[in-house]
Amino acid sequence: MLKRAKTWGPGVLLLAPTIILVGVFVYWLIIENFRVSLTNQHTARPSNKYVGFENYSNLLADPNFQHSLWNLLILTIVFLGGTLLFGFLWAWLLEQPSKGEGFFRSVYLFPMSVSFIASGVVWRWLLSSLQTSQPGGERTTGLNRLLDSVGLGFMQNDWWSNPTWGIAAIAVPAIWQLSGYVMALFLAGFRGIPDELREAARIDGCTEWKLYRHVIFPQLSPVMLSAIIIIGHMSLKLFDLIRAIVPDANTYDVQVPATMMWVKYIGSDYADAAAIGMILLVLVAVVVIPYLMYTSRAEKR
Amino acid sequence: MSTATVNNKKRLRSAQDMKSDSKRTTKRRINRTLKYAVLIFFVIIILLPAYVLFITSFKGTADADPSRAWLLPQVWETGGWSKAWATLAPSLGRTVVLVVPSALVSAFLGSINGYVLSKWRFPGANIVFTLILFGMFIPYQAVMIPLTQLVSNLGIPQGIPSLMLLHIVYGLPICTLIFRNYYASVPDELIEAARMDGAGILRTYGSVIFPVSAPGFVVVLIWQFTSAWNDYLFAAFFSSGRNGPVTIALSFLAGGQLTDYAASMAGALIASVPTLIVYILLGKYFVGGLMSGSVKG
Repeated sequence: MLKRAKTWGPGVLLLAPTIILVGVFVYWLIIENFRVSLTNQHTARPSNKYVGFENYSNLLADPNFQHSLWNLLILTIVFLGGTLLFGFLWAWLLEQPSKGEGFFRSVYLFPMSVSFIASGVVWRWLLSSLQTSQPGGERTTGLNRLLDSVGLGFMQNDWWSNPTWGIAAIAVPAIWQLSGYVMALFLAGFRGIPDELREAARIDGCTEWKLYRHVIFPQLSPVMLSAIIIIGHMSLKLFDLIRAIVPDANTYDVQVPATMMWVKYIGSDYADAAAIGMILLVLVAVVVIPYLMYTSRAEKR
Repeated sequence: MSTATVNNKKRLRSAQDMKSDSKRTTKRRINRTLKYAVLIFFVIIILLPAYVLFITSFKGTADADPSRAWLLPQVWETGGWSKAWATLAPSLGRTVVLVVPSALVSAFLGSINGYVLSKWRFPGANIVFTLILFGMFIPYQAVMIPLTQLVSNLGIPQGIPSLMLLHIVYGLPICTLIFRNYYASVPDELIEAARMDGAGILRTYGSVIFPVSAPGFVVVLIWQFTSAWNDYLFAAFFSSGRNGPVTIALSFLAGGQLTDYAASMAGALIASVPTLIVYILLGKYFVGGLMSGSVKG
């Protein structure tokens, strides 16, 4: 026993700073946050009265919060759908070595290196639904104007200034920014498929479609799962992009839990802010924990 | 369908192959043209926002109007750039001071952790690793309220010092993950040999692991540099325009109703220059970092 402890003791010791830091800053704070969410700390004045799950039930009954959950759902669906679609399409087009491949890959990936705050500056403009009055009548702005001038006027819309579907417009810049990431993931997946496998399928008379259906898609599914987890949890946490595009923090149209938590924090409603944080954590955990368990088990095999 | 019949069919067809060969090359050529057309179309889509940023940053006040977003400046002016620079310069300095040390520290700790977790495993190492990893996925909103309390209780000043601590701590999971995956490719025999020679855990790290770690460090440093540089969430909770990083300064420059469009576009470009340079120079490793971000690496 002592001998064994000698061999792994130093390892544990080296890991100790990280274990302590993560233990405190992740797990202990989650517990603390949960505790705050069960109190009536709704103003800056300290108050610690235990109220049970009252904050949660109030939030879930609040139409504003319900709307933010709806927005989160739409955002996540559109964001995931868009990045997977474009990411896969680009990876599929670039999968075989071809001329200029490196150039295309770099261009598709570059938005990823820019912050949401910086890209939000321009997207706020592009997604503007303002009509400016000019001599000669009303003029549209931003993307609407571009769509109009290339003959796609019917696609014009009021973007994020729509209470039901406006949040989908926020997904546009998010897709612009992260499709390249998903492409990179898929490209790595494609590269991992041995050439012999394709050859074998072709010799067996597989049509292209069958080749994809039975050989390539199954091989890509772990990559697809990673992409869904990464983009999905980004979407649940999305905050900066919305703040950058819609300066009014209290807006109803594109409110999501992450931005609503900020509004509550600014208003010193710490208990509600903590409760929203917990709800977000549960949403993320439901997706991420099975995934982490699956990968750690897959590794053991 | 059995292989034999396919082969037969193939043989039968081979007579016609000569004729259809030219047909096939035409088809391939069309496919290729189509492919490049689609690729170029998406290049244009991706670059459009960058184009608008760039041209607007050189416009005068009257010219910089959303209705003229797509048109080149009537007169190329640099007023927006000088205003943006004047506003952002102090925060740029602070961001460098924040980002460089925090990237270095979390990379170093991550390297040690990755080494222990891949080469010096102990009972329960996998569970510990998974628990650390979960810290990478949590929505920081779920710890933010007590975190603000904790940081102020620790007496750490708002602004760069507290942000530095936070970027180091919350960067640990991903750094550990990347290094653990990276060290998995280092042969165990090297470690065993060092152990046989009586080297302890630290000497083995210093003489065997650290010297081969350069690629891992490049990936981790790029990753940490970009994510800390681009962070806004922690910055919003732990700093103000007076002592915050560049994302905060930019959001003040660009936010609000009466915005100087040229200046905010120039500001967005200025704030993005460092990460863009890193990306252009070291893009290959950047992609490597992205890959490692997907848990299995």
